[in-house]
Amino acid sequence: MATGMDKQIVADLKAAGIDYITSVPCKQLAGVIEVLEDTPEIMHMPSNKEDEGMGLCAGAFMGGMKPAIVMQNTALGVVVNTLATLIQFYQIPLPMLISYRGEVGEPVACQVEMALHTKAILNQMHIPTYHFHKPEDAAELPGILEYCQMASKPVAILCDASFWRASA
Amino acid sequence: MIRNDVFKTLIPLISEHLVVCNIGAPSQELHALDDRASNFYMLGTMGLASSIGLGLAAAQDKPVVAIDGDGSVLTNLGTLATIGNNAQGNFTLLIIDNGSYGSTGDQPTYAGMNTDLAAVAKACGAETVLTVSAEDTAKAVEDAISSDQMTIIVSKCESGNVKVPVIKTNPIVIRERFMEEVRR
Repeated sequence: MATGMDKQIVADLKAAGIDYITSVPCKQLAGVIEVLEDTPEIMHMPSNKEDEGMGLCAGAFMGGMKPAIVMQNTALGVVVNTLATLIQFYQIPLPMLISYRGEVGEPVACQVEMALHTKAILNQMHIPTYHFHKPEDAAELPGILEYCQMASKPVAILCDASFWRASA
Repeated sequence: MIRNDVFKTLIPLISEHLVVCNIGAPSQELHALDDRASNFYMLGTMGLASSIGLGLAAAQDKPVVAIDGDGSVLTNLGTLATIGNNAQGNFTLLIIDNGSYGSTGDQPTYAGMNTDLAAVAKACGAETVLTVSAEDTAKAVEDAISSDQMTIIVSKCESGNVKVPVIKTNPIVIRERFMEEVRR
């Protein structure tokens, strides 16, 4: 069941002109994806893997749309090459709404392993990174989305378990 | 016929259209034969030509031809399911299937052995999937561009590359001039 926060996030994406979104699901993102499905102003084209999704986004961008990707942090282990040689090399603005699994509140031990690498990978790749820990942090989303377009860079928005729980 | 021979037959048909070209030898050969602003050359990221092409076709109305290879499709096999479930009438995916990884020394791919990419594409839900000889490829591409039906063409050609220089064009230049063609 989508929460008010899920709706607010999608409304902010829409207001920022985001009109193409690809996603690979995560439990924490289920509500956002549900709202996306009910948002005709945003073309939602799910992908099977996040590097594929970034290819779709690059194409949509060159076709005149404003893309974004919805994904889990574990996928940062999948997309390093694509971020470097496609999104960054060709300077494509790409907001990445990322569920930050493996933080406090995480029930699955294995998720912690990629959580430990998440910010390190983003730092190593010089990707502007924002961490939503409390519901009020989401007030920054419109500014982050504008910043992403201005900078023509990928931008990571990490949303952890505490954020989702307190937003429910 | 090798890939470069197929490209020579294609150029009169695709030069006025938006083309997304696979990394390595394919992009370099196309660039050497007929460098155009309407060609998007992939300089990195093996496997994503079909994904970029699909996103581009979904975002605007002009015909899009993505030139991919059998090895590259195998590295991003999920793309066929995404394409099969999000058909875009202005999209043509041309898979140059020479049964080998041409850019890395012509090592054999599974597509040259037991794997039939056209059958995979069909099983993934794509309606119009053709397997054609190298000689018949240009005609198939011409028909696909003029039809309103998304088409996947598997072009069976011989393994082999020609010696051409690497592409030195700045990626932002490639992207900017390509986007100008999209807007034109």
